Amino acid sequence: MNAELSLALVLAFAGSSGALASAAPLKLWHAYRGGEEKALESSVKLFERESGRKVELLALPYDVFASKLMAAIPHGVGPDVFIFAHERLRLFSRMGLLAAVDGEIDRPSYFPNTIEALEADGKLYGYPLSLKCLALYVNTQLVPRVPGTTDELRGLLSRLSSAGDNRFGLAYESGDFYLHAPFLFGFGGRLFDDTARAVFDTPEMARSLAFVKDLQDRRLIPEEASGALVKSLFGDGRAAMAISGPWFAGEIPKTVAYSVFPLPRVSETGLPMRPFLGVEAALVSSKSEDLGGALKLARFLSLGEASVLRAVVGGQVPANVAAYEHPEVRRDPIVSAFRAAAKNAVAMPNTLEMARVWEPMKLALQAALKGGALPAQAGALADRRYRALYRPRPPVASPVPYVLLALSAAVVAAFRLLRRPAPSLSFTKRYPDARRAFWYLAPAATGLIVLVLVPFVFGAAISFFHHDSGSYTFVGLSNFVDILASRGYRVTEPLSFYFTLAVTVLWTAVNVGLHVTIGLALALLLKDPLLRLKGVYRVLLIVPWAVPNYITALIWKGMFHRQFGAVNGILQALHLQPVGWFTRFSTAFAADVVTNTWLGFPFMMVVALGALQSIPPELYEAAEVDGASSWQKFRRITLPLLRPALLPAVILGSVWTFNMFNIIYLVSGGEPGGATDILVSEAYRWAFQRNEQYGFAAAYSVLIFITLLVWSALTQRFTQGAEETLS
Amino acid sequence: MRRESRLRAAAVHMFLACVCAVTLYPVLWVVKMAVSPAETLTLSANPFPERVTAGHFTTVLGATDSAGRWLFGRNLLASLAVSTATTIVGLLLAVTAAYALSRFRFPGRRSGLQALLMSQMFPATLMLIPIYSILQKLRLLNSLGGLVLVYSTTSLPFCVWMLKGYFDTIPRDLEEAALMDGATAWQAFMRVVLPLARPALVVTALFSFMTAWNEFILAATLLNDASLFTLPVALQRLVGEYKVEWGQFAAGALVVSAPVMALFFALQKHLVGGLTSGGVKG
Repeated sequence: MNAELSLALVLAFAGSSGALASAAPLKLWHAYRGGEEKALESSVKLFERESGRKVELLALPYDVFASKLMAAIPHGVGPDVFIFAHERLRLFSRMGLLAAVDGEIDRPSYFPNTIEALEADGKLYGYPLSLKCLALYVNTQLVPRVPGTTDELRGLLSRLSSAGDNRFGLAYESGDFYLHAPFLFGFGGRLFDDTARAVFDTPEMARSLAFVKDLQDRRLIPEEASGALVKSLFGDGRAAMAISGPWFAGEIPKTVAYSVFPLPRVSETGLPMRPFLGVEAALVSSKSEDLGGALKLARFLSLGEASVLRAVVGGQVPANVAAYEHPEVRRDPIVSAFRAAAKNAVAMPNTLEMARVWEPMKLALQAALKGGALPAQAGALADRRYRALYRPRPPVASPVPYVLLALSAAVVAAFRLLRRPAPSLSFTKRYPDARRAFWYLAPAATGLIVLVLVPFVFGAAISFFHHDSGSYTFVGLSNFVDILASRGYRVTEPLSFYFTLAVTVLWTAVNVGLHVTIGLALALLLKDPLLRLKGVYRVLLIVPWAVPNYITALIWKGMFHRQFGAVNGILQALHLQPVGWFTRFSTAFAADVVTNTWLGFPFMMVVALGALQSIPPELYEAAEVDGASSWQKFRRITLPLLRPALLPAVILGSVWTFNMFNIIYLVSGGEPGGATDILVSEAYRWAFQRNEQYGFAAAYSVLIFITLLVWSALTQRFTQGAEETLS
Repeated sequence: MRRESRLRAAAVHMFLACVCAVTLYPVLWVVKMAVSPAETLTLSANPFPERVTAGHFTTVLGATDSAGRWLFGRNLLASLAVSTATTIVGLLLAVTAAYALSRFRFPGRRSGLQALLMSQMFPATLMLIPIYSILQKLRLLNSLGGLVLVYSTTSLPFCVWMLKGYFDTIPRDLEEAALMDGATAWQAFMRVVLPLARPALVVTALFSFMTAWNEFILAATLLNDASLFTLPVALQRLVGEYKVEWGQFAAGALVVSAPVMALFFALQKHLVGGLTSGGVKG
């Protein structure tokens, strides 16, 4: 033991970097949970035993996984191997995050379409682990025979559904293009033309949309179905069938007897409904310090016992052909069913073109299903959006004039500063406490400069560049010009900067108004020292602030559901018509505002409670002696004296609301058609959902900054007034 | 007169009870999700659970990692450490800065205040990569200390503005009186001004705490070690690419919010009442 240790030390000190690297554990990052995570952990233990190498697992939240990889790997602190679905493969490879495995991999060990999915720009990246696609879950107690064609399906559905008590023959997330794709392909449609550009405005698209719309109109499938809703309906027998992937099997209660089958054929065309194929792969980081070890780990995870564990423990569908020779895998009905379904599947293109299809298709689906457009017109709608989102790289600009301009501006500023007439008093006389102020301010200022100002300058500088999968080109002001000239769409369309700006201003004004009014009113009631239970009320009323808003925002979204939401339930109890909240701008906006008001008033209430304490109670006593009414006291004492202490919260609150991304994103999601998006959610979409156009997103952010700056300059007079009366 | 005030009190209680009911209705759904065994959405307006189980809570609280270590305990500890440190560091930086901005005259005072406000105007998403690079250069990546610094600077602008606004309402006569009595400027600040600003200190402390307590994007991005992860990161792990563990997520959300409510309950005495009637006479 001791000898081994000293040998290792000698080797390490001898400067053999190879020995050093192989001593460090391999880092493996993933976002698996539950059975999938257990299967991975067991495989890693096997690998450690066989190879003698240690592996460090890091389980991450899916939401931050991709952005963390893109931050960590280029900085050299990323994993050696990570597990990711193949859709982002091309982006990752172009950003230089991935090591190719062409020479290393034994192609015949895997299903050919899984290998195909991992190819990008003529190279192969990563080892395929498992595949995911959609299939038909059938409740065998409710469904007499499995539908082989859409005609049979329709016939079955009308018998299995009952609109009155909310029973449906079939449930699936009809508003999601991933789920609609099988219908499109089944009707003979295709997504890309021969030049690899996406096409939407086709008769097949119209037919597939009309088919689904008809199912929904006859109440054979639920409206606005989310994953949670599909699960609930199938789980308690109110949906006889469901379309979902392998992950769904783990969510069905034990009491439900079910089987899984490939999706039916479309009767009109005779073609099978072909779902997308997704491939999860062990990808090797290009920055791994031990490429050999990393490749070995990735290969180990994709083959042999690891792939059997994946099927048996994780319930995943292995990409490794040999795994199916194992009796336990062959006996697993779900794994076999999905393997059969995957034979019809279309490998989802890992191209950047594919990444641009989701938003237009979502728009078309929502418009067709919620009645915003006829199925035949929805394709054209998607096509318009697709073209508006496509931004070829603007002409490369020379940075020289910009640098010169910045330099000359700096010179002029410096000159003016120096030419200023010298003040009659010396600096220390004019500002006797400047030295003390410096020491009081230095710690905070240092922190802000390093962690806020510097990142801000970098972030803002990106707005002069065009970003295309990892490479930046200087394009001068063309990002700004494109936004301000609303190139590609009319000024009155939701995508236009001006439209979004107007929505954002309205959003901010309404929210801040409601926050302050409600917060102040409650604070006035709750400051009364004689009020009983005031402590309980205060604590109960800050609950919306205390509970993480990710979940409460989604609860609110559920409450606004067209068919099952509590809000429509109340409306119906009052004999009013239920409202499709996310079909029109006004109602979708109202839903966002209600949610954000609920979330935001407690903070304003707490601030107002504190601020009210700055008012000396003697003033009220004096006013009472003078016989002032409550309203007069509020108007003449409370409001004016509250201003200095409450104003910071109001100003900052409006800045935060202006940039309040979560609620818009989680509640209305910008629906209908991006109309309720605000500037910051639009910037987010450009940065993360429209092919990582960071430059364009940064330009949006700079415009947000400038807008707020103008606004704060306007309010500055107001704050100065407040300051001067008091200091 | 007595009857009238009783009627008034009853009306106030009625009103507050209604507001609380509306406020708590969505939260009841979270509770229902957390305690219902099936974790399915019950498709009705009734927010009360039909069957109750502690299963989701025990799963969330008892989670262990592959090495058998108690994950929830570690996450809780990390969260408490980060949030407490953020509150302390944030308040220390903010109190001194706000006092200088309120009391001293120096060049750049007003533009400094404006700059603080401006720092809130640029959306945070695009600053992630630069922050990442800076922390790596400072060797503060993958450390709770780095996270605390980022959180403190995030919460600083609000804290400074809030405190500065409140300091402005405290008359200078009080400090001048203290100085006349022989106190140093620092003593006057610590012994006279700070106690009077207690309500504002409570608000800013709560705000700083909350900034760190609920954040997960920075925490998950900047930390590379599962044993350093904070509770919200662990909670966000329940949201997968294809499915969400709603029951566990709801249970976790309630667990995460409990300390905040306890903290607020402990602090709210200082938020309101008592102090002002004594010293401040304008």
